[in-house]
Amino acid sequence: MFAHDFVRNAYLAGTFIALACGITGWFVVLRGQLFAGDALTHVAFVGAIAAAVLGFDERVGLFALTVLVACVMAALGQRGQADDAMIGTVFAWILGVGVFLLAVLATSASGGNGVSAANTLFGSIYALTPGGSRLAAAIGLAVALAVLLAVRPLLLATLDAELASLRGIPAKGLALAFLVVVALVTAESTQAVGALLLLGLLAAPAGAAHRLTARPYRGLALSALIAVLAMWIGLALSYQIASLPPSSAIIGVAGAGYAAASVLGRLRSRYTA
Amino acid sequence: MNPTLSPNPIADLNALFTFPFMVNALEAGTIVAVLAAVVGWYMVLRRQSFAGHTLAVMAFPGAAGASLIGLPTTLGYYLACGGAALFMRGARGSLRRGPGTETATIATVQTVGLAAGFLFLSLGNSVLGGTETLLFGTFLGVSRGQVLALLIVALTAIALTAIAARPLLLETIDPEAARARGVPVALLDAGFLLLLAAAVAATSQITGALLVFALLVAPAAAAQQVTTRPGVGLALSVAFALVIVWLGLGIAYFSTYPVGFYVTSIAFAVYVIARLTRRG
Repeated sequence: MFAHDFVRNAYLAGTFIALACGITGWFVVLRGQLFAGDALTHVAFVGAIAAAVLGFDERVGLFALTVLVACVMAALGQRGQADDAMIGTVFAWILGVGVFLLAVLATSASGGNGVSAANTLFGSIYALTPGGSRLAAAIGLAVALAVLLAVRPLLLATLDAELASLRGIPAKGLALAFLVVVALVTAESTQAVGALLLLGLLAAPAGAAHRLTARPYRGLALSALIAVLAMWIGLALSYQIASLPPSSAIIGVAGAGYAAASVLGRLRSRYTA
Repeated sequence: MNPTLSPNPIADLNALFTFPFMVNALEAGTIVAVLAAVVGWYMVLRRQSFAGHTLAVMAFPGAAGASLIGLPTTLGYYLACGGAALFMRGARGSLRRGPGTETATIATVQTVGLAAGFLFLSLGNSVLGGTETLLFGTFLGVSRGQVLALLIVALTAIALTAIAARPLLLETIDPEAARARGVPVALLDAGFLLLLAAAVAATSQITGALLVFALLVAPAAAAQQVTTRPGVGLALSVAFALVIVWLGLGIAYFSTYPVGFYVTSIAFAVYVIARLTRRG
């Protein structure tokens, strides 16, 4: 199986994307920001389509738009109350714009079709080029390292904002930086698992880790491990079964991991309590 | 047929109603707007937008799965949305780890559903014409039967909401007080999720799975910016939703671009204006 180039590329990029998703996702779940993450993944789709319409490289559109929307959400998000509804309204509109761009793309002379849209929505990890997969791996590794370097202040700011500000940690700046990191992860992973399925890679391993342990470092390691395992097993499954798309397989494995972890967590709390 | 705007607005309005498919679309849109606005108002108040979005997305695997095994697509919509609602409710009942884990469950349900939808789609590739229509909707080709089915679902759902209106409001705003007064909180919780599922399944037949939010969140959020009184807020939410749908369908009729773009843009504009008027 590893004799094929496309499989090696997929494993290289997938491993580091999963690593970044697992580590970032653990904080996303802890901070209760999954809905924001959900919105960002949808924005990523629109960014890719916009880049196709304007004739840029897909990656430029992905990164530019997700980071921009992350900044807007961080700026507007401090008021608390209207948060949920505001995220919902904004991202419904951005998706609407995406539909419009899709229609523009379909009628334009450059001849886009439904395939490119489906690829952005659901990913095409086996279509990565060697250069693309190396770049994806590098970005994934950089993001994972950045989050790990900021673990302590990020934990403190999430769990006890008062204490964090007493210690001189800039909570607002940190929140912004974190959303930007989520945006980077989103933009990068969209190419592999697709805009619609990426949320699963952020949420399922992290949710499983949170159910199994409350300790931060153990949880982070567990979350990263589950994400990488889901990626490996999912890729192998979809290689063996031709009709199974890789992103469906990866998410399926991650979801099964989450279900197993919640059963395990429930059993354990029943017998230890 | 390629309709163009004439300088005469009356003639333009008449043109809107000449074709049966357009009449069907307007009727279906109206029904869906009222239903989504009423249920959405409660959803926004209960801060269940994320759950609502997840249910909305379930329409996609529902439709894809139904057409794979040969069931009517509409049935697939309702089954998948209802099933996901029950599943999320079940998972929520046993949680003690705080809000983060709950959203993790919702997010996992959502993506596993989408992944399943994608799988169904790739298994039955030729059966289903276009992922885009499922995800982003179309208002062409709404049949009489569909309008009738939508009407029945909407009337039932709105009647149920009307019966439970006061206890549901109390339970939303102050669960403790509701429990003390003997309101069946758990039943209401589950019931509301099922109601949301029905509304979302109905709406997504017109707007597509991804754009349900334009009708579910935006009118309700705008109404809640303007007023805090429940009765006025509900009425306002319905009014906003009707304006959004009618304008969106009207403009889309005269243009080549998809209805989803117009509906979401108008919805966003309504929300922004409501927010600005409150500030000023």
